[in-house]
Amino acid sequence: MANIINDETIEYVGILAKLELSDEEKEQAKRDMGRMLDYIDKLGELDTEGVEPMSHIFPMQNVFREDGITNTDTRGELLANAPEEKDGMFAVPRTFE
Amino acid sequence: MAKEYETVIGLEVHVELATKTKIFCGCSTAFGAAPNTQTCPVCTGMPGALPVLNKQVLEYAIAVGLATNCDITRYGKFDRKNYFYPDNPQNYQISQLYLPICKKGSIEIETQAGGKKKIGIHEIHMEEDAGKMIHDAWEEWSLVDYNRSGVPLIEIVSEPDMRSAEEVIAYLEKLRLVIQYLGASDCKLQEGSMRADVNLSIREVGATELGTRTEMKNLNSFKAIARAIEGERARQIDLIEEGKAVVLETRRWDDAKGESYSMRSKEDAQDYRYFPDPDLVPIVVSDAMLEEIKAKQPEFRTEKMARYKEEYDIPDYDIDIITSSKHMADLFEATVAICNQPKKVSNWLMGETMRLMNEKEIEPQDLSFSPENLAKLIALVDSKAINSSVAKEVFEVMFTQDIDPNEYVEENGLQTINDEGALRKTIEEVITNNPQSVKDYHNGKEKAIGFLVGQTMKAMKGKADPGMINRILKELI
Ligand SMILES: [Zn+2]
Repeated sequence: MANIINDETIEYVGILAKLELSDEEKEQAKRDMGRMLDYIDKLGELDTEGVEPMSHIFPMQNVFREDGITNTDTRGELLANAPEEKDGMFAVPRTFE
Repeated sequence: MAKEYETVIGLEVHVELATKTKIFCGCSTAFGAAPNTQTCPVCTGMPGALPVLNKQVLEYAIAVGLATNCDITRYGKFDRKNYFYPDNPQNYQISQLYLPICKKGSIEIETQAGGKKKIGIHEIHMEEDAGKMIHDAWEEWSLVDYNRSGVPLIEIVSEPDMRSAEEVIAYLEKLRLVIQYLGASDCKLQEGSMRADVNLSIREVGATELGTRTEMKNLNSFKAIARAIEGERARQIDLIEEGKAVVLETRRWDDAKGESYSMRSKEDAQDYRYFPDPDLVPIVVSDAMLEEIKAKQPEFRTEKMARYKEEYDIPDYDIDIITSSKHMADLFEATVAICNQPKKVSNWLMGETMRLMNEKEIEPQDLSFSPENLAKLIALVDSKAINSSVAKEVFEVMFTQDIDPNEYVEENGLQTINDEGALRKTIEEVITNNPQSVKDYHNGKEKAIGFLVGQTMKAMKGKADPGMINRILKELI
């Protein structure tokens, strides 16, 4: 494996992903991430000199919608997915700005 | 000797666009609906939902870019900004990092010294707004309403070209006016349709390197912005003088306390891992599209002022005030189009309208009376159906409730009584009851007649034509 993920990186990725990993899971994640990066490195072997970076894989552009209201009130369906609900809103553990 | 410092300020201004629907879905953007009733799988981040760009958002963004002398990006795209927060149901905000729609613009402001100064615009990009969180101090929950999630925004990022609170406010006022003239947003700071974040750093006068900046959020009025700038300048100077470092961070301004506090937390790594959004296809702005938008650009303030000077016989001062608000200028033009009396329309706007706006603390963009009703009121005065003091009374009601003045005058019996016989009778009584004033008048006290007119008006319950009273009075005494 060419890419070695250190403890600091996995700690940082854990914070970004809001995941708490056990030591065992961290070791597993380090190995997996290293292998993923090795795979990505393969792409670096290609000569991309003079090739414009692509931002979309389909040869499409300018897909727009007109500014007209098409949606109606479906709050019932939406809130059916909410773990907790209060006054028509999602209730989440208290968060500060 | 004390060191002298220079304040360096750049602004990030978010503007909510005045579209009917959200940026990537057909949900309404109307303000004030019950929580979560204007949502769908796209704007609540359901897996598999597919965003599609609202064409009007692109057109408004380009129009603002053109009006602020920007280069329009001909090949653009959207990127995902990744972060976790309950107001952001997708766990990413769709924004533009790599290829923003507009770049390298500028607007000109007038400085306090009376000169002009160019403020650079680094870029303008399109993005979606987040939902709204309600934090109840006494509850263990925070509540989330996604009606605002996906409302279209443009973010206008200035260069760090401003040096004082006055320049910042001049820049914001100019920007707001341009956007209001375009009809792209109502730009209300109090309601959050225009939000300004202030990036500020301090350096010694003469220094060329920029100091470490902070970003100040939660500024809901021009006054709050000015106070926050003064507060942050003082805080940073204190730090520097104490030999401490300014920390690059986001701070939240508490206007009631007049101080700011850091919004940073250990868990909050500022690493957004932007990448192109694969759900949205690239945007190619063709020459034709650009020409079409250019052709639709409205008449801006400078052009409007020049035209008013040419077309209407009203003072420059009036022109300045009327055109300082797009809504007021529209109201003026629409009323003139009906009654063709620019001077009288201007007088109503400059006089009673301004007086009531000050009294009721109303912004020009919130004036709610219609041009039709103002034209009717002017016609009522012209035809002498009502006198000018009754007209002011009627206007005051119109100002808040936009009533039809014809109906209102009719219903409340406010018409001037043009029955000369009745008026003559009243005046005769007034003369009999006020012999002293009549005597004063005969002794050369011209003013005494004013008192008699007043008494007559009072007896007529204000519904008489003062000109007619004057004539009859002079005839009888
Ligand atoms: Zn939606």
